[in-house]
Amino acid sequence: MIVADRKKIPEMRDMVGKHERVLLVGCGTCVTVCLAGGERETGIIGSALRMSLKLAGRDTVTVHECTIERQCEDAFIDGLAQRAGDYDAILSLGCGAGVQALAERFPGKAVYPGLNTQFMGILEKQGVWAEKCAGCGSCRLGEYFGICPITRCSKRQLNGPCGSSRNGKCEVSETIDCAWQLIYDRAKSMNLVPELALVAAAQDWSTSNDGGPRTVVREDQCIAGMGPKA
Amino acid sequence: MTDQKPVILAFCCHYCAYAAADMAGSMRLQYPASVRVLRFPCTGKIEENHILAAFELGVDGVMVAGCLEGGCHFLEGNLRARKRVERVKQILAEVGIEPERLEMFNLSSAEGPRFAEIVKEICARIVPLGPSRLRADDRNIEPGAAEIVRKAELAVKGGTT
Repeated sequence: MIVADRKKIPEMRDMVGKHERVLLVGCGTCVTVCLAGGERETGIIGSALRMSLKLAGRDTVTVHECTIERQCEDAFIDGLAQRAGDYDAILSLGCGAGVQALAERFPGKAVYPGLNTQFMGILEKQGVWAEKCAGCGSCRLGEYFGICPITRCSKRQLNGPCGSSRNGKCEVSETIDCAWQLIYDRAKSMNLVPELALVAAAQDWSTSNDGGPRTVVREDQCIAGMGPKA
Repeated sequence: MTDQKPVILAFCCHYCAYAAADMAGSMRLQYPASVRVLRFPCTGKIEENHILAAFELGVDGVMVAGCLEGGCHFLEGNLRARKRVERVKQILAEVGIEPERLEMFNLSSAEGPRFAEIVKEICARIVPLGPSRLRADDRNIEPGAAEIVRKAELAVKGGTT
């Protein structure tokens, strides 16, 4: 899932403070699970924002809250469309994709981000989320026994480890596991350590975002006359 | 706050602080009359937005009173409440409200005198901070305080504030 955390209240206040009617829109998908922008967090941030605006002398600003199931899909924004007309600005508590989907849907209306989108990751333990995927567009997890060196090795080394792996930890921080230690341990448990002697080919970065924003197209799913955008 | 009497909401656990408040009353103990007691089944039931709703409505302070650590009827509700209180304090600081206006206390149901002490303690802490800047009218607080309690109870039940 996409993991995010909220911006500080003063930053949000400064963004929306020049408007009179603000709709705070939460998202019921990834950011609900990572406790950043779901219904509960939307209520908390809404309350804090109203108090902050009032203390800043902007008590005429109206802040209302709502949460939609998924901000990053136009069909789910439909339910919001009528209501959005009553507001000058939208403060989105979705990920960066959600913010942009709202901005695209409501041209002429100010749309601001309430979250800082961080990464694609997993819930490692209660209250802790960890980055696991860089979305490189050319997955090689099969070569590395299910552990991604591009995401989890600080140097992105495809032929590791480097000389600074110490007691299973990365030199960058003692809190970061050395990805190559993890890869070695996995290989060992699978009796595949000799495979680590093979030299891995260079990564094909042409599939990453170096060539601009990417799209995925399934022609068989495209409706006639409504194909991918030019 | 009028005549140095801050309006404080006491979010009390049914199994300890609420019973202790009851005992304090039975013992005819004196404590500031401006505290309003709200009963929760456990402090673990208290969400961050319940506390923020109270501040938004203009109370001067909020005290959360749960069971002694290790003595929660639901095992760890009071421990969760303490973490939530700490998070709300951080949010209050960001908003520009003194975090000292919020505090978590632990006591048992047999501690009526302790309840009275706690109320006096938080009142003494809040008086120097002055009235909440979020309340529009501080001259006639009693009707407003009743409204605050009514709305907070609504918030607890999941209604709108």
